[in-house]
Amino acid sequence: MNGLRPELQKICEWIEPGSRVLDLGCGDGALLSWLQNNCDTTGYGVEIDQANVLSCLKKGVNIIQADLDAGLTDFEDASFDYVIMTQALQALQRPDKTLYEMMRVGKKSIVTFPNFGLWKHRLHLSIKGQMPVSKALPAQWYDTQNIHLCTVKDFESFCENNGMAISKKDFVDYDHRPAALMKLWPNLFGEVALYQINGK
Amino acid sequence: MSSIPTTSVGIVRPKTLHFDEPLELVSGKKIEQYDIVYETYGELNVAADNAILVCHALSADHHAAGYHNENDSKPGWWDICIGPGKPIDTDRFFVVSPSNLGHCSGSTGPRSIDPKTDKAYGPDFPIVTVSDWVNYQKRLADKLGISQWAAVAGGSLGGMQAMQWAVQFPDMLRNAIVIASAPKLSAQNIAFNAVARQAIMNDPNFHGGHYYEHDTVPASGLKVARMLGHITYLSDDAMGDKFGRELKNEQLNYDYGVEFQVESYLRYQGESFAGRFDANTYLLMTKALDYFDPAEKEGGNLAAVFEKVQVKFFLASFTTDWRFSPERSREIVSALTDAKRDVSYLEFESNHGHDAFLVQNDDYIDAFGAYMENIEVST
Repeated sequence: MNGLRPELQKICEWIEPGSRVLDLGCGDGALLSWLQNNCDTTGYGVEIDQANVLSCLKKGVNIIQADLDAGLTDFEDASFDYVIMTQALQALQRPDKTLYEMMRVGKKSIVTFPNFGLWKHRLHLSIKGQMPVSKALPAQWYDTQNIHLCTVKDFESFCENNGMAISKKDFVDYDHRPAALMKLWPNLFGEVALYQINGK
Repeated sequence: MSSIPTTSVGIVRPKTLHFDEPLELVSGKKIEQYDIVYETYGELNVAADNAILVCHALSADHHAAGYHNENDSKPGWWDICIGPGKPIDTDRFFVVSPSNLGHCSGSTGPRSIDPKTDKAYGPDFPIVTVSDWVNYQKRLADKLGISQWAAVAGGSLGGMQAMQWAVQFPDMLRNAIVIASAPKLSAQNIAFNAVARQAIMNDPNFHGGHYYEHDTVPASGLKVARMLGHITYLSDDAMGDKFGRELKNEQLNYDYGVEFQVESYLRYQGESFAGRFDANTYLLMTKALDYFDPAEKEGGNLAAVFEKVQVKFFLASFTTDWRFSPERSREIVSALTDAKRDVSYLEFESNHGHDAFLVQNDDYIDAFGAYMENIEVST
């Protein structure tokens, strides 16, 4: 798993070998490539960015170029064991609609997002009085693609209110530091949140 | 000094193979004997596992890449994609590009002599389908010692042949490259073809298709058919960029002559096409398009057809193509994902409409090349 982002390494641990996987906003295809080479998975990546699509092709990953905001209408109900979406939720026009679509298409869904409730972000906003800029959220307010940021608490209450059962969760940071504080107070110390959800 | 670019396969010569074994057609008729005219580029390796079949669309032929002589102004129709270092890299692959049965540029077609009558077949040449072409191309593969294509590739009607290969001989290819294509024609597509055919058949020089015997050609009908077709190959944007409302002369004449540049362009396109193409072939090619529907035998369920097929697919479409729009390619993608098949699909920005698959575009070339590089061949 060397070379994979910490959150992607976690996801690899969650995926059952031989699964059928759909990776939404799959970026350069690193996760899918690792999964298909090491866990014998099959499936597709969905990505819109041309440079990323090209990387996927070079890695030999099945890639479908499409806009997630346009929906997943090309995919049948429950046609994947896992639908994964890493670090894309916050960049969607309507994250709620995409989440419903993931629940429709996948038996299980795995979602990761940068936790906006991280203490650094809170501090940034409360002390500096400015929109947080961090490793997880490197862009400025005016040029960020992250238009629908949420906290761990926001996401969990969304799942609760929409009949989505959280079956696994974890929190990681970008530097692999001990995770004791993250386990205790994820909404304050988790940099990246990972959830596996099933429809109720 | 030759002006032929080094990225080209260079000077190429068409070859001809004669076949005496009758070819049974979907229509129930058969062709007793026929010639296949084809070009090849690159070298077949010892394992014979690096062969790529390139299938042409409506008006192109076997001349897919390179030049016929040093003075040729234009290379073959897919030269942007075939050659050393290009997506279909002739340093790795052996490319076979035949012209199809029914064509008018060498392979047996309506203009050829029917050995039974010693006259040109004309309208008596049987109607052929995409499925017939695949059987015909398979004969060529057998003769060339190719038991499995590394890929079958084509754009538009050529893409349909690649798809049909996957359905008809799934063990005889590893990859299908389907560009700017569709799973079947829409009513609008068929309507355009119907108008084109009417234009040809209503030309007084058509003589029920026997125009060769009258030493004439239905040039004006064929010209109109081509003008109509050409409009559907270009996008509104491309036409706007190229011509806008520009006038041929400086002022309006208030008569019915050619006034706008676009009129002049279309007439030129129509005339040059009518000068080189055979009207009976045009009729036949449009029918092959109309009939294409690989899902028909599964009651319209294309996914059910693909479930029996272990071929990897690469599909691509272009944003301004309205003849075979991106939605049409996505119908194929959707059937493939439903069937749990390997597929990659890309949608490229282009303002060249349907013709975009023939036009240089870095994103398209890079992506196509990246896919092709992963096709394994013996060294």
